[in-house]
Amino acid sequence: MADMKANEQRLRALFLQGLDGNSASYQAFLKGLSTHLRAFLRRRLSALPDDIEDLVQDILLAVHNQRHTYRPDQPLTAWVNAMARYKLIDLLRSRSGREALHDPIEDDLALFATNDHEAADARRDVNKLLQQLPDNQRLPIVHTKLEGLSVTEAAAATGMSESAIKVGVHRGMKALAALMNLSMKATT
Amino acid sequence: MKTDDFIAMLANGAEPVSHHVAERRFALSMAMGLPLAFAIVLGFGIRPDLLQVLGNPMLWVKFAFPGSVAVISLLLALRLSRPGMETGSLPAGLGLPVLGMGVLAAVVLFQAPPQEREALVMGSTWQVCVANIALVGAPVFVASFWAMKGLAPTRLALAGACAGLLAGAAGAVVYAMHCPELDAPFLLVWNGLGMLTPAAIGAALGPRLLRW
Repeated sequence: MADMKANEQRLRALFLQGLDGNSASYQAFLKGLSTHLRAFLRRRLSALPDDIEDLVQDILLAVHNQRHTYRPDQPLTAWVNAMARYKLIDLLRSRSGREALHDPIEDDLALFATNDHEAADARRDVNKLLQQLPDNQRLPIVHTKLEGLSVTEAAAATGMSESAIKVGVHRGMKALAALMNLSMKATT
Repeated sequence: MKTDDFIAMLANGAEPVSHHVAERRFALSMAMGLPLAFAIVLGFGIRPDLLQVLGNPMLWVKFAFPGSVAVISLLLALRLSRPGMETGSLPAGLGLPVLGMGVLAAVVLFQAPPQEREALVMGSTWQVCVANIALVGAPVFVASFWAMKGLAPTRLALAGACAGLLAGAAGAVVYAMHCPELDAPFLLVWNGLGMLTPAAIGAALGPRLLRW
């Protein structure tokens, strides 16, 4: 229990720094979070082991896309747990809901109690999904998120305006979440 | 893509994020929805005796009943738009204006001669009240769904119901400037149904429209 509390405090501090624009802290937060998510899903998704890593990535992207909904006075565990449950239930429902019926997902807050560093390979390739995005979303993501250019540099490289780059990243990440979700439900 | 690479991609160039996006979205949605609701009521026409009845406490009860429902459902909508937020005592708080209105309506009915009771409940506009409130609330309905759509509700039917209740309650407040009824039994029944109808529509639409 003491571990859980320490994990909550450590991850929350990193996350808050990330929300202030500290990319290194944010990366450390996502990395730490991914180990807890993996262990959380491994316990609950034992019948679908091949889906675990895909769903870890799904939830990480949801956390990223919805990070503006976190309230600093709110326990991080509760916030992440609600999103992880939402994504897990969404997946189980799309897979005919067999597991969802047998094994109701209890509203526990033990997400940060366990971790798992052994990432299996994700089945779905995010790079391929990125190719499906329109250029005005794909190029901003490729330049700023994969090649690490600044917004100004990405604007110069593409001839787009800086605000179009920002909007393109924002919309592109939402569109990517929708594509990831679809591809996950399509695989059986 | 390996998860570590995926994480690096998410973190790369991550911009600072405001903590108040939810409040801003709902403020904006009210700023868009309420004037449009008012415009619809202007189309119906403001009740000509509005200035004369300003001194009648029942006019203020008529604003306060849906007004307090609107404020509570707005606070509730903000909470339901954020993953993992408890709703706390807000759902119970919604019961208070209903309870108050119920007591007032019961007293009025009890004191009235039996042959007048039906008129106190049905008024003269009961056929149009529910539909008009829903119509006046429609811009707020669209606006509050828009606000929620940009956030992350996880209980979609409940969130949709709350957005609908907010729209119905706001619609009832604004519609009170047109509607001639001032009797508590009428307001309890027909304003109540006028607020609940958009809430029911919201509950039905939430799971479809608010998914993310």
